Amino acid sequence: MSRLSELLACSERPVVTAEFPSIDGGGLEELEKAADELRPFVDAVNATDNPSAHAHASNTSVAIGMMQFGLEPIMQVVCRDKNRIAMQADVIGASLFGVENVACLTGDDVTAGDEPEARRVFDLDSTQLIKVASGLAEGHYLSGRAIKQPPALFVGAVENPFAPPLDYRVLRALKKAEAGARFLQLQIGYYPERLEAFVRGCVEAGLTSTTALIPTVVLTKSAKALSFMDKSVPGISIPADMIARVAGAGDKDAIAEESYQLTLELSRHALSLPGVSGIHLTDFRHDGSLERLVRDLGIGPAFDPMATVAGTTTG
Amino acid sequence: MPKLLPLIEHAVKKPVWDCRMCGQCVLHSTGMTCPMTCPKTLRNGPCGGVREDGNCEVKPEMRCVWVKAEQRSHSPANPHHWEEEFNDLRPPVDNRLQGTSSWVNLVTKRDRRTPAGWQGLSREQHSAVPGASMVEVDEVASLPIGFHS
Repeated sequence: MSRLSELLACSERPVVTAEFPSIDGGGLEELEKAADELRPFVDAVNATDNPSAHAHASNTSVAIGMMQFGLEPIMQVVCRDKNRIAMQADVIGASLFGVENVACLTGDDVTAGDEPEARRVFDLDSTQLIKVASGLAEGHYLSGRAIKQPPALFVGAVENPFAPPLDYRVLRALKKAEAGARFLQLQIGYYPERLEAFVRGCVEAGLTSTTALIPTVVLTKSAKALSFMDKSVPGISIPADMIARVAGAGDKDAIAEESYQLTLELSRHALSLPGVSGIHLTDFRHDGSLERLVRDLGIGPAFDPMATVAGTTTG
Repeated sequence: MPKLLPLIEHAVKKPVWDCRMCGQCVLHSTGMTCPMTCPKTLRNGPCGGVREDGNCEVKPEMRCVWVKAEQRSHSPANPHHWEEEFNDLRPPVDNRLQGTSSWVNLVTKRDRRTPAGWQGLSREQHSAVPGASMVEVDEVASLPIGFHS
């Protein structure tokens, strides 16, 4: 049982997960530095899989490395770069080292990256991958070939409540839950009313009795960063008045503060929704704002007297 | 005839649905919108990258295949059970069927054959299921190489 799954099962407090920065070089010291920054404030951390279709140190290597430095990984697996054989091998391989949390994603298209000429794979889609990964934990590969000592896996996925077709997103989340997703980290979003409708729909459909919902917020420090996400990141749209509010805050410091306040508001709103089990943090600031945010929200291991440091098991 | 069928099927379905001859047609359950025309060939719904205007992440000028499919799945012109089947979990594509006639595969039930693990079984259990190996049609009728787009 991963620590994340235990925390979600006992649901005594909201969990805090975060995105691990991309690693390209610098050896394990680079990884350790990033792990040290996050460790006191988060329960588990996502090891990304070539985010935005840019090559980086692989999901498996970073997930395994994170464990060496006391962080519990959530290994993302995207369908863009590998076929079904390779993806199963990655999950099974990482599980040898104790990686249990797996998040199954479709993946941004190759055209979102710096090598748009690459071949896209998509041999499985994310929902199929959820079912295949769940099968590994049940003791068989997709082919049916038995795994004598199956790995303990905690399989989840991502859903985007903010992108069209909005009315269909709850059904898609349900499909993922039925395929075996036990947690859904939600895409970055700046429409609180859409999040609210989605979460309500999931609760009414009974999804939250099997599957934890974890919305995502982003720490930014400029209106430019918001505009960039709005224009360039697939599936993210930000209302113009929100960008204007941050842009019109005043000087650079005032803008950074207004950006923070916006993130804090969105976080508070997300955590106030019945059916939400925690929050996922993406930090583009790297100026201590992540710590400030969990302090202001009063959540995470730093505010849980019963908690041990993330990633250390309690037996 | 088996060699001709894929040609005929392609000639009919290409102009209407931009058919990619995956050989395991699910059009009726996807609002008569071919999921293989999605640049990511997703068969279980839209990705998270759909643009605010409902267009495709990869091809901004194109309507998202799944936005279209979802709308069309509610069409009163279709039989009612097609709408329900929209939410079915569709299995991974069998890449061996690429270029073959889905009509033939439908009749022989070849298009419904999935790996044992997809049904939650190990292989030993799978072969114990009555009829599991009833249809073993691996000799599928293929289009000539280079025919399909």
